[in-house]
Formats: sequence, structure tokens, C-alpha cells
Amino acid sequence: MIISQNKPFEEVLAFLENSEKIIIVGCSECATVCKVGGETEVQEMKEMLEEEGKKVLGTTILSPACNLLNSRKDMKQFKEELKETDAILSLACGDGTQTVAKVAKPEVYPGSDTMFIGEIERIGQFEEACKACGECELGWTAAICPITKCAKGLVNGPCGGAKDKKCEVSNDNDCAWLLIYDKLKDLGKLENMMSMREPKNFEKGNAPRRINLRNQEKETANA
Amino acid sequence: MSLLKDVLERGEFGVTAEMAPPKGTDLSHLLECARAIKGRVHGVNVTDFQSAVLRVTSLVTCKLLKDEGLEPILQVTGRDRNRIAIQGELLGASVFGIENALGLTGDHTVVGDHPQAKPVFDLDSVGILQAATTLMSGKDMVGIELQGTPTFYLGACVTPRFDPMEAQILKMEKKIKAGAKFFQTQAIYDLDTMREFIEKTKHLDTKILAGIIPLKSAGMAKFMNNNVPGVFVPDELIERMKNTPKEERVEEGIKMAGELIRQLREEGLCDGVHIMAIGAEENVPRILDAAGL
Repeated sequence: MIISQNKPFEEVLAFLENSEKIIIVGCSECATVCKVGGETEVQEMKEMLEEEGKKVLGTTILSPACNLLNSRKDMKQFKEELKETDAILSLACGDGTQTVAKVAKPEVYPGSDTMFIGEIERIGQFEEACKACGECELGWTAAICPITKCAKGLVNGPCGGAKDKKCEVSNDNDCAWLLIYDKLKDLGKLENMMSMREPKNFEKGNAPRRINLRNQEKETANA
Repeated sequence: MSLLKDVLERGEFGVTAEMAPPKGTDLSHLLECARAIKGRVHGVNVTDFQSAVLRVTSLVTCKLLKDEGLEPILQVTGRDRNRIAIQGELLGASVFGIENALGLTGDHTVVGDHPQAKPVFDLDSVGILQAATTLMSGKDMVGIELQGTPTFYLGACVTPRFDPMEAQILKMEKKIKAGAKFFQTQAIYDLDTMREFIEKTKHLDTKILAGIIPLKSAGMAKFMNNNVPGVFVPDELIERMKNTPKEERVEEGIKMAGELIRQLREEGLCDGVHIMAIGAEENVPRILDAAGL
């Protein structure tokens, strides 16, 4: 899931300094789970902006905001409002906000900061799990990601910085490589850790990346 | 040929010292210390933005020390450079006649003085050693032939008291496979740590220089016990520091370091020592005097 957090309200207000009439959009998926851009938060934002003297012309929850065709369709409900609105405030993630900006003419501002791809540990508790590096390493690391869970993204084992099995970057973080070591040991696969890893190929992570399944299928068919 | 390599491979007791470049352009203190050390050590490590703190670069400082007649050991971390910069740095060092290089992962940027910086870590310590070994074969990491091939005596570091030790030794083995010929250890203060470490690594064909950091006070010892991974200062040494009058503590630390080196040598627990005087490099000759070296 994409984990996001609300921006400080003062920052949002600064974006909207010269905007009187505003439309607020949220997202039904990740931003709702993160309690950043669901029904409740969109409603709260509306009230806060109205208290600041803004006029909220409409609110909606896109489902999900990152679906271009869907967002284009959903935004049509504001056909009239969009003609007079000064700005759209998006409480979706950075991806959703950009999608909205593609389908709507007025300026779109983010009301949240997109943090990471993570796991829902329990309600309201998230932990980063994947860096979307383009070449998954989990197959030899007992399914613990060294690229994400090690602050240095090391591929050959722990650095000397761990103390009491915690990372030098923060006492809150377990040393990922010691987790990998323990688990591989349990699994009887410590040889995975002994194998020399060539430096990781970061070429696969160069942004922006694109995938086109249709083209891929065509290529497969032609092959 | 590298003096350090020559000494260690002949089986003589090797001595290296660590020097940190200054934060600023005034190298007078560094050069003063260098002149004091000259002729007493077989190599001088020059730290690479040690503790992720901005300083003069290791390469420039290595060159200046070389010009002073010392044998520099270039430290290269993966924190600040990608594989292009690391290979370039190594080639540059070779052009300057620097024959020793030490590959380190490096402390994370957040523990240094510019925590806002983007950390790199394109290569880890093993990757840096692999890169250096590849360059020494006459090619770069993508297989393109070099015009002129560098030669290095490659080293790495190891923490003798890491928990779990097996994970550290596993990585040490990888560093050897990647080209490390010698290791400098994290600071040690007791013989037992070294005895245990030597026992656990006796299957490895490498040279080990025991890390020595002279104590300056009991507070420093306690700080290291609490904050520096893998460092253990026994209580008796802390007590000894406490019982020494304040103005004599530095001298006592030097004496203690000398004693430890003497014992390590007598028991054959290492192939040499690596002295990290942390800003007081002028004391290195006195430590060596105390050790009878």
C-alpha cells in the first residue's frame, strides 16, 4: 500500500492563499486506510477551509484516484463547478494527485505527503517494506528486503554499525541483515548469505518507469 | 611495492596509524603529526569523511602525506560515491602512487554533520573491494579495458566483538574473496576478545592488525562501551583511569595502549596493530615507545 500523511494545515493554506473557491478530492483506497484522504478527512478539510473563509464548491472520493480513466469520469460530476473553481485540493497520494491534475484544468495542490510503500501492521500503524527497486531480492534473503529494511541497502551482509542488533540509523530499527541472518539460519540456508553478490543493477530502477502489458503481449505473440 | 604489504608478508609486526583530514583548509597540524610519525609506522590510514562528517578528502590528504614520505592507505567508503566515482577515485589514487586502499561501507549520513544529505551506498564494502580487484585486472566493472592498470594492497575492517560473531566472520570471508589481504579491527582493550577472534578466524588466510584507541578518561571508556558498536572496555581499565590524577590520564592511556600492544605481540594474537589516536596523532610515537616498537 502507498502510505501517506497529511501536510501541516498551514502549508495547505499557503498553497491556497490566492484561491477562493475550492474542490476537495480524496481517494477510496490507500489514502482512506491511512486516514489522510477518506470521507472523514475530506469532510474535516472542508470545514477547516470554510473556517478560513474559503468556499468549497464540492468534494468527492475518487475510487481510486490513481486510475486515469476512472478519475476522468468521476471528475465530470463537477462539470459546472470546475469552470469557476480556483483550485483543487487533493488528499490522495502523490500519484493520485498527479492523475487528478491530468484530468482537471484548475491548479491541483497536494494536501498530503506520500511517504512509502508499506505494510499495514495494524490499524494506523505502517512500516516501509518495499523500495520498488525493479529487481526483487527477496528470493535469497528469506523474504526480508535488504534494499528497504537495511538503511544502507547493503547486499552482502551487515555493516559494523549494528549495536544490540539495532541499526546505527535508529534504535527503533532492527538490523535487517541480522534478521536475514537469523531467518536464513533457521531455514538452514545460511549459504545464501555466504554467496558473493555482485553490485546491484540499479538501472532497472531509473525513473520514470513504464509497463505496457498490451505491448508485452504483442511482443510475446510475435516472438 | 607497498611497504605495508612487504612488511606484513615478510611476517614482521606491522604498524599503521589513522589520521583524519582537517575540517577546513589548514593542514599544518596534520603535517606536524605526520612528521612525528614518519619512520615509525608502515602505513597511515586516511579516513574518508569519518563518521559521515565533512572534511578534506582522503585522496588529497593521502597525496600530501605521500609527498611527506609516508605510506598512505586510502580509505574509500560507499556512502558518498557511486561505482563510477569509486573507480575514478581508485584510479586517481594510483596515478598519485598510492598503493594501499581500504574498502568500507561507511557510516550512514544521518550520524554525521550533514544528516540532510542523500546517502549513496551504490557499493558496499565487498563491492568496493570487488571494484578495486577488477581494476587491478586491467578492466573496469563493465569490462572495458583500462589504459594503465592500478595495483593496490587491499584492506578492510572487522569488528572482533560483533553480535552475532558468525555474521561478521561470514562477511569477513566475503571481503577476503573480494580481494582484502589485511584487516584492521575495531578498537580492542582486552586480550580475551582477540584470543577468541583469532580462534574463530584461524581458517582464514589474511593479516590482522588489532585496533588500538588509547583511552583519555574513564568517561571516554564508558561512552565507547555504550555507544560504539563492538567495543568493550573492561571495568578494570576504567577503574585504573578513574584512579589516575586528571592531568596524568592521557599519559596513563598511552601506557595502557603500549602494554596491550606488547601483550598482543608476545602472545602472537595479531600480525600488527592499527593505532587510532583520534585527533591526538602526535601521541602515536609515545604509544610505540611504550610498546617497545
